[in-house]
Amino acid sequence: MSGLIEVVDAGVAVTVQDGGRPGYRSIGVPLSGALDPWLLAAANALLGNAADAAALEVPLAGPTLKAVSGTVRVALGGEVEGRLISARGSVRPVPAWHTATLFPGDTLQVGGVARGVAYVAVGGGVAVPVQLGSRATYLRAALGGVHGRALARGDRLPCARLHGDPWLEYRAREAPPRADGPIRVILGPQDDHFTADALANFLGRPYRVSRDMDRMGMRLDGPALEHSARGAEIVSDGVTPGAIQVPASGLPIALLADCQTSGGYPKIATVIRADLGRLGQLRPGDEIRFRSVSHAEAVRALQAEAEELARWVGGIESFRPPGVVDEAALYGDNLISGMLRGDEPFAGPA
Amino acid sequence: MTAQTLHPRPRLLPLGDSAWTVEFGDDIAPEIHARVLGFAAALAAAQQDGTLARELECVPAFRSLTVHFDPARVDHAALAERLLAIAGDSGSLQASGAAWRIPVCFDAEFAPDLAAVAESKGLTPDAVVRLMTETEFTVYMLGFLPGFPYLGGLPAALDMPRLATPRKVVPARSIAIAGRTCAAYPWQSPGGWRLMGRTPVHLFDPARSARPALLAPGDRVRWQAVDRDAYAAIEARCARGDFDPDELRAREAGA
Repeated sequence: MSGLIEVVDAGVAVTVQDGGRPGYRSIGVPLSGALDPWLLAAANALLGNAADAAALEVPLAGPTLKAVSGTVRVALGGEVEGRLISARGSVRPVPAWHTATLFPGDTLQVGGVARGVAYVAVGGGVAVPVQLGSRATYLRAALGGVHGRALARGDRLPCARLHGDPWLEYRAREAPPRADGPIRVILGPQDDHFTADALANFLGRPYRVSRDMDRMGMRLDGPALEHSARGAEIVSDGVTPGAIQVPASGLPIALLADCQTSGGYPKIATVIRADLGRLGQLRPGDEIRFRSVSHAEAVRALQAEAEELARWVGGIESFRPPGVVDEAALYGDNLISGMLRGDEPFAGPA
Repeated sequence: MTAQTLHPRPRLLPLGDSAWTVEFGDDIAPEIHARVLGFAAALAAAQQDGTLARELECVPAFRSLTVHFDPARVDHAALAERLLAIAGDSGSLQASGAAWRIPVCFDAEFAPDLAAVAESKGLTPDAVVRLMTETEFTVYMLGFLPGFPYLGGLPAALDMPRLATPRKVVPARSIAIAGRTCAAYPWQSPGGWRLMGRTPVHLFDPARSARPALLAPGDRVRWQAVDRDAYAAIEARCARGDFDPDELRAREAGA
């Protein structure tokens, strides 16, 4: 009794991601998961999914997806839009932050992502097999996702069949609000490996994301950070997404979701959890500044972010998509019973 | 000398707002690692008896242990205090894991750096293989990649820095050395360590869900030289899923 989506066009480097794969770092397995967990949570909220339900992460060109069986609902999150092509050939746009319902034979074309990464959430989450506690794709060790790799044409993604009213969609009037300004960090664990000048540059000057980036991390261009007498190497210790390593070149590397579990370069600072999603949204050429905060400020930022998201979720409203007759009004007026939408087989009231 | 490498007191270092690193010393040394293992055991015991949250993820390394937590659910300051208290009370634990004999083929095709290491150390390639196979290595930690073991105990006679320019592609299952450390790459990856041989054995297999990584911190490893035919035979068995890694456990006597 599940729904099934077929990948008609894979897009570029589209992967299944969820809240990540904690619990295995002691055997070297990266956390992985969404580059922007906050955006993933917002996209999932439109479908009533758990915040960390598995979705498709789209870094560049989006995929084209066809409902094969079951009526399935999808939602787009991020700077992206799509269009729904019904089995009969009618076309309507699917903006971000709107759900859309696919009947068997319907196709969703997801466009290119204008900035950062976007998510295609599906009702109930993408139900690929769980591996080591997560559905997140980790390419290097072929874990999770669809056979541990990016989507390919012909892949079939199980998901939940829609049980609610297929004519009633959901939307938010605006993108969820998020903090702006410098990316907030907590200094350390090896800020004592840097000169006072290096710390001043790191916190005072802008850096630019270089072309050298992937899901593991991004190299930043800007003022080189000088190591103190303690040097540019440490005995390898634990790292985490958001850690900012500085190798001998002095140019920082900000680690992202797929980062290794340990590293041998001094870490000048680590991005706080509330800003990890904003870090994950950066693309080559983007400017980035850092600001040092206390643990207390980091906790407040996380609370503020959760409250903002909850407020936004509270504002999600239902709507009838254009071209779909207002079923309730029709029933209320007792004018018709039967076909409600000219281009679709009638699925019957739920 | 070792007394100087151990910190007088464990240091608490912030790794952002969602992890603390507790550091016991500055070096790769058995005494420091024993403190890490002792701390890890004390944390596991506290999680077992319910005095420390089970959702904390404790990750031991050479000279420190990192505890990952959810800052929305765990008070960072209270956790810090608790970790330092446990670190102060916990003792040393000698490595006492399993002993392994793992086949390695040292043929030139699998060991592109072996001849150069031998030459720069004034040794014959055979002597290098002998040093590699006569050494009992200790697994200090797993990190970098799923199942990637950092092995301590490489003889000083083989101490070489990393390659000046890392390789873009190190083949999966390569055995490699750098400094006084040996390692095995479970996956193809970039890497700057010197490649000395290759094992046919998978070091990480998610299908072994109870123990996906072959090795664990504290385990002891000896490389056993095998020729191409033996390598190919084991490789074929691994590919068929017909190789039980427990075959590699060494008999304890004299290991």
